Amino acid sequence: MKTGMRKERIDRGIKVRSEGIYALSSWQELSYLLAPRMLLIIGLLAAPLVLFFFPYWQKVLLIICIFSLLSMSFDFLANYVGLVCLGGAFFVGVGGYGAALLNKFLHLPPLLSIPAAALGGALFCTLSLLPCLPLRGVYFAIITLMYPLMMTRIIEAFELFGGTNGLMDIAGFANPWVEQYFLVIATLVFLFALRRLAVEDIGLVIKGVKDNDQSVRASGINITTVKAKAIFLASFLGCFAGAYLAHIYMWAGLSMFALDFSIIPIAATVIGGGGSLLGAVIGSILLVPLSEALRAFGPLRIVFYSLILTVVIVVKGEGLLSYLARKYYQFERWINI
Amino acid sequence: MEILIYGLVNSLKLILIAFGFTLVYGISRLPNFAHGAIFVFTGFIAWIMIHTLGLPYIPAALLSLLSAALVGVIIYQFILKRIRGMNMNEIIATYAIGVALIETFRWLGFKGTSFTLPVLVEGMTFIGDVPIDYQRIMVVVIGIAMLVMTWAFTKFTKTGLALRGIAQDERAAMMLGIDSDMTGTIAMALGSAMSGLAALVLFPLGSIVVEAGYNTLIFALAVCMVGGIGSWSGTIIASFVLGFAQIITVTYFATHFQMVVTLAAIILTLIIKPSGIFGKHKELEERV
Repeated sequence: MKTGMRKERIDRGIKVRSEGIYALSSWQELSYLLAPRMLLIIGLLAAPLVLFFFPYWQKVLLIICIFSLLSMSFDFLANYVGLVCLGGAFFVGVGGYGAALLNKFLHLPPLLSIPAAALGGALFCTLSLLPCLPLRGVYFAIITLMYPLMMTRIIEAFELFGGTNGLMDIAGFANPWVEQYFLVIATLVFLFALRRLAVEDIGLVIKGVKDNDQSVRASGINITTVKAKAIFLASFLGCFAGAYLAHIYMWAGLSMFALDFSIIPIAATVIGGGGSLLGAVIGSILLVPLSEALRAFGPLRIVFYSLILTVVIVVKGEGLLSYLARKYYQFERWINI
Repeated sequence: MEILIYGLVNSLKLILIAFGFTLVYGISRLPNFAHGAIFVFTGFIAWIMIHTLGLPYIPAALLSLLSAALVGVIIYQFILKRIRGMNMNEIIATYAIGVALIETFRWLGFKGTSFTLPVLVEGMTFIGDVPIDYQRIMVVVIGIAMLVMTWAFTKFTKTGLALRGIAQDERAAMMLGIDSDMTGTIAMALGSAMSGLAALVLFPLGSIVVEAGYNTLIFALAVCMVGGIGSWSGTIIASFVLGFAQIITVTYFATHFQMVVTLAAIILTLIIKPSGIFGKHKELEERV
């Protein structure tokens, strides 16, 4: 009889124990459960302090948070609702212009104009995507790809909002600490809120729409309404990011509809591991500093991203997060067969 | 009269741009989002061959068409083959590779308006009292020739019939011994070559710019959405509808509004009949 060796993967004992009530029985198990979450939360909260002496990298941290929000928005739509949105830049642009207009004409301070622009922008995005909601797959991807491109054309054609020059002299944040912490905390809140939402009833329905929309419809639930709600949430994140960006740069213009805002979040999600929202954040934390380092190469940056993205998709990388999670929760050993 | 003639030219232009995309999708259900990138790629390859390598026009054009087809084959063999059937990944991967292609040219310094291809035939003439240059007439001639040749190819050759077989019912066709991967490769090569042909015919009318890659993709997608993705007759009808609509807006409003009209057409189509003018399997298509 031929014998061979095979690698076997088993859950760690501590994982099995800490799933039940025993989780509360010792500090060891409590910390096993909390460590990954705390690492992220404390890491992000401490980052502005640590980076105090490197103002340039503080800005990079802001961009990381912005892209985390965008990636979460993409991940939520693609992997929870089943709508692949290639036009993340649409959300950013709408949010950015919204905040800029509110600030310039109504003189709202940033801390008011950002939430207002996020809400209003989300409403606008949802309404404009409403006719496309019966579509899925390729059709939806195509139409979302066009929205940001069309918005730039419309703004150019009608000379709206300063035309190609954009809106200048937007108020910045008076206090850099407020600027940093407001965004970092918002990112964390959105991350945990969305993850919680996904396990609530509405999250279950949303996932049902992705897996089998006909059975959801058969249960008497209107899938277009569900999709519209999901789009509202996702575009709220995107618009929030865009509005924040407008106040960071103190400028809103056509480049807010640029390709970067669509393709980098997709790359971040795929690399970090889709379907968990956390993966999207991890992907952004990895990719954005890389992108800053490559800034000198100009357009090559996007080439580089697109190639990574293609390679990861083709070789079916599971994403970094699922790899890490597997190592954390399971161990491997060789057994005879 | 002017609207009629230029509308016709514009419609044929849209057919040239969109037919490759709809062919690939119609046959293999593969959305080739790198379509616009291949368009630009062919233009620049032809430019390099003519101006850097000094080749005469005809061999340069043929070689650049060949290289466009080659890019299509490479995209199919190395990327699409491995992820076929996963809709989301097909879109993201082809889109990403297209962006990579376009942005590589931008990085190499191919920007601005200094890159032009020579026209096939010099000079211009008058139809009635409307001036029109020969290159625009060539657009119409080559567009119609391409349609006729595609029709003949899929009607009378074995390979063409195999392509139609796969398009109609993939499983049944495979059962009769038609290789699905082979037809996929052929479809991608054909579709890319068509995009390349469009580039060779259309770029002499202006200059080769990187942004044309994105615009072409948008126009191709718009035509396909309005006509019903994968439907050949739908593509032709939609090209005429959009082509004339664009020319009419350009004549009565301004050039900028061309894109706005395109968007309006798409959204209207989506609201009224989501599967497009000639979308098949209405019930099914509406949920895709």
